Amino acid sequence: MTKDKKKTERREFLCATGKALAGLGVAATGGTLLAREDDAALAAKAASFPTKDYDWTKHRWAYGIDATKCIGCLRCVEACKVENDVVGDANHFRTWVERYVYLEGEDHALVDSHADPQNIAASGSESEYRFDNRYKDKKVSKAFFIPKLCNHCAHPACVQVCPVGATFRTEDGVVLIDHDYCIGCRYCVQACPYGARLFIEEEGVSDKCTWCYHRITKGLMPACVEVCPTGTRVFGDLNDASSPVSEFIKNNQVQVLKPESGNAPMCFYVGLDKDVS
Amino acid sequence: MTEVASFTGYVYPNETIIPWGVLIVIYPYLTGLVAGAFTVSSFYHVFGMQQFKPVARLALLTSLSVMLFVPAPLLLHLGHPERSYLSMVTPHLTSAFAMFGFFAAFYTILLVLEVWFVFRADNVARAQNSTGLARSFYRAVTLWSDDVSPRARVIDAKWLLILAIVGIPSAHGLHGYIGFVYGSLKARQWWESDLMPVIFLFSAIVSGIALLMVLYVVTSKLRRVRIDFACLKGLTLALWGFLMFTVILEGLEFANLVYKGKEGVDIIMEYVQGPLFWRYFVLQFGFGALLPVALMGLMVALGTRGRLFVAGAMTSAFLVLMNVLLMRWNVVIGGQEISKTGKGLLTYPMTLFGHESFVSASILMIAPFLLLWLLVRLFPPWVDRSESA
Ligand code: SF4
Ligand code: SF4
Repeated sequence: MTKDKKKTERREFLCATGKALAGLGVAATGGTLLAREDDAALAAKAASFPTKDYDWTKHRWAYGIDATKCIGCLRCVEACKVENDVVGDANHFRTWVERYVYLEGEDHALVDSHADPQNIAASGSESEYRFDNRYKDKKVSKAFFIPKLCNHCAHPACVQVCPVGATFRTEDGVVLIDHDYCIGCRYCVQACPYGARLFIEEEGVSDKCTWCYHRITKGLMPACVEVCPTGTRVFGDLNDASSPVSEFIKNNQVQVLKPESGNAPMCFYVGLDKDVS
Repeated sequence: MTEVASFTGYVYPNETIIPWGVLIVIYPYLTGLVAGAFTVSSFYHVFGMQQFKPVARLALLTSLSVMLFVPAPLLLHLGHPERSYLSMVTPHLTSAFAMFGFFAAFYTILLVLEVWFVFRADNVARAQNSTGLARSFYRAVTLWSDDVSPRARVIDAKWLLILAIVGIPSAHGLHGYIGFVYGSLKARQWWESDLMPVIFLFSAIVSGIALLMVLYVVTSKLRRVRIDFACLKGLTLALWGFLMFTVILEGLEFANLVYKGKEGVDIIMEYVQGPLFWRYFVLQFGFGALLPVALMGLMVALGTRGRLFVAGAMTSAFLVLMNVLLMRWNVVIGGQEISKTGKGLLTYPMTLFGHESFVSASILMIAPFLLLWLLVRLFPPWVDRSESA
């Protein structure tokens, strides 16, 4: 997909999102983020990064997810795609949401995500995100949603394997990729146990969630956290004991995904389940 | 444009773009042939096993021809091949892949040097016996040195021995290292194995021996010379021995995976019994390994000779070449068809055309042999019994 096409799609999507948000009456938080940006504004935004006076030795970012609160509205997925210009199809996500459903009498959960063909059929487009109603005639004993994103691991396997050092962990604990340095070997895509990395074919480079580094270094929240209407997603600085994420970790018994990988994830979960992988 | 993989069960959304395609299957296959062919040449050049003399120089040229194409699938696969030099300028040392450029460059130089020494005397003679352009060419190839006095030949021989001795660990190191590139990826249970480098190495050796058997018989037929039975038999025995060892290693690895039964083994079992059954058990293990082991064993036991032996040896060699290609496929593609969720399976969609496709992979498989044909024309590797090399 070309940049232009992406942009047009983005505009269309923004209009749709705008309407939806107005209807839901939550424009107050999402509105500024999702506002239409013209090229001048984009250029200004680019020029403002890296942020002046930002000292990366003074922060230690972390992320919290209370899965018991997630309602699967997928606003985070939309916001991420827009904010970060992520390829608009069902095969490239920096964040996604999984649905786990235990039917009565079953030992294992049925799992799908909004990228599932059936859910895309229900929404009618790969750039509109929805969970279909496939279980409406079934007896469900337990169901929940698990949002996923890059865990910004403290011992990231992706960073370890990159042959040129294009991907690295910043002092403030964010795993980033230098797109001007990446040779597009996809070794990091293989190495990530969480499927968090994607490959942008058009640009020949790997990509992933940055915790909206361009936002957090300006004192803003990542887009997904900003738009989450239920407070499922929290973010903050571990160096600040009163930050949302510090509180979250202090007040809950938190877990991480696939701890056996040795990656030491920095996304902390509440409400995981034995079948979540 | 990359095809999107179809899937069953649950897979992470990003997994539907399979990161490593058919070119990354070809890449370890070619590297394996390099190491294997080099092994065959070392049988004679290092271990002095006389019966391998007729193929030793052909093996060396084969190793070089294939090696020169080893970087091609990698470069074609990269999103930014023009930046590949960065891996040598600023290698990131924790990466299992950072050293590839250096190892490959080192080994290529070594091979070129070895070929130069092995063919030096021949090239001097060729320069002296030709005129015009050919003469200039061969003189340039010999670097304008025409000293083939007994003293010079002794020095040549010394250098050759040193190069060959350094060459064996290099060739095998290069290939074992490629096994490590996969085996060290803990995110994929199908790859994560300590045996992987060893298996890669042994399958490389068998593929090289099998390739040389085929090349030797085919070139002998084309040149209408008698096939040296001792040589072919030697190769067959070597293939037989190494193949048995390889099969046992692969079997052990699989048994380990199943017996340990760690999390995710259910989906692996579903995979091997479903999509992988034909490719793995029937073709790779059955036809590609057990059948040639049995066939060669039978020929040895019965003391088969003559045409029947040649036919049996050729059949086994072809089956082994298929076995190793399938092994590379089943490892590289297989590993990616098992989802990291442990809850789903993907199907790799190979495209027919495009820069990572069936056609590009086939071209890269054929190209080294066109180069070999050219090299054989320029530097005939044949040695008749009476001649000394
Ligand atoms: S989740 Fe994956 S991509 Fe993110 S830091 Fe960890 S290993 Fe790297
Ligand atoms: S794709 Fe890019 S970031 Fe990933 S390992 Fe290769 S060079 Fe590094």
